[in-house]
Amino acid sequence: MKSAILVFPGSNREGDVAQAIELVTGRRPQMVWHGDGDFEKVDLIVVPGGFSYGDYLRCGAMAAQSPVMAEVKKRAAQGVPVLGICNGFQIVTEAGLLPGTLMRNSHLKFVCADVHLKVETSQSLFTNRYQAGQVIKVPVAHAEGNYFADADTMKKLEDRGQIAFRYCAPDGTVDGRGNPNGSSSNIAGVFNETKTVLGLMPHPENAVEPMFGGTDGRGLFEGMVEALS
Amino acid sequence: MKARVHVTLKNGVLDPQGKAIGHSLNRLGFPEVGDVRQGKFIELELAETDKAKAKARLEDMCKKLLANTVIENYSIELVG
Repeated sequence: MKSAILVFPGSNREGDVAQAIELVTGRRPQMVWHGDGDFEKVDLIVVPGGFSYGDYLRCGAMAAQSPVMAEVKKRAAQGVPVLGICNGFQIVTEAGLLPGTLMRNSHLKFVCADVHLKVETSQSLFTNRYQAGQVIKVPVAHAEGNYFADADTMKKLEDRGQIAFRYCAPDGTVDGRGNPNGSSSNIAGVFNETKTVLGLMPHPENAVEPMFGGTDGRGLFEGMVEALS
Repeated sequence: MKARVHVTLKNGVLDPQGKAIGHSLNRLGFPEVGDVRQGKFIELELAETDKAKAKARLEDMCKKLLANTVIENYSIELVG
């Protein structure tokens, strides 16, 4: 699996996700600078976490308009898989690759903690290593992770099975207790209609080694390798 | 010409920052303050003299970058 990781001024998790991908593929991803309008053909494009452009105007708003994102939009339209994590999720929603948006956490505080996620479906190239309903533990670290979409969009997301992960209690119960940021319907991650684009606020790349608190995020990378190699 | 753009959250979109501002004002001795909604104010200098053209370009700027129309409304004001 050949992959590219986008790097913007202010990205800071590109090294973490590169390491996670290298761990499961044995292959170092290509790093692509935001000003580059073109880059090598790859099987997967990752938009990593961080604070691109200092979160000016709105999180992800500036990065979404960068030259590299114009190319990513083109490739996504051709079916090239795109994974947006944390700030990357904010960037792909601002770029219009995913519906909805990420607002300020409802409690207004930055949240840095391990959270539990319920995997909603195993039927995607990102989640095929998990079982539907499985609970995984991964960390979050954000101040703007409060997913919001209008009522029509929410209904479409539910009807078409576009919700990838929901925040939940350790036993899998989806309610306010497990929700770290006020997200509508506890949404932690969503797909586009074809399930070739996934955006999520939690950091699976930071849950791939036992010595760093768990390996529940590893399945996401292993699943992608299986689907894309 | 100068343009002023106001970006505000749509009705029905929760505004926790506005709420926090309201609570603080109440606590500071302004009990008359009820609901507070906060937003952004952007002032732009434009190299354009035709008001209609400027307005159309500003609409485009708001839709492409200045506002996120999923959650925000915008209003445009031309000055001078």
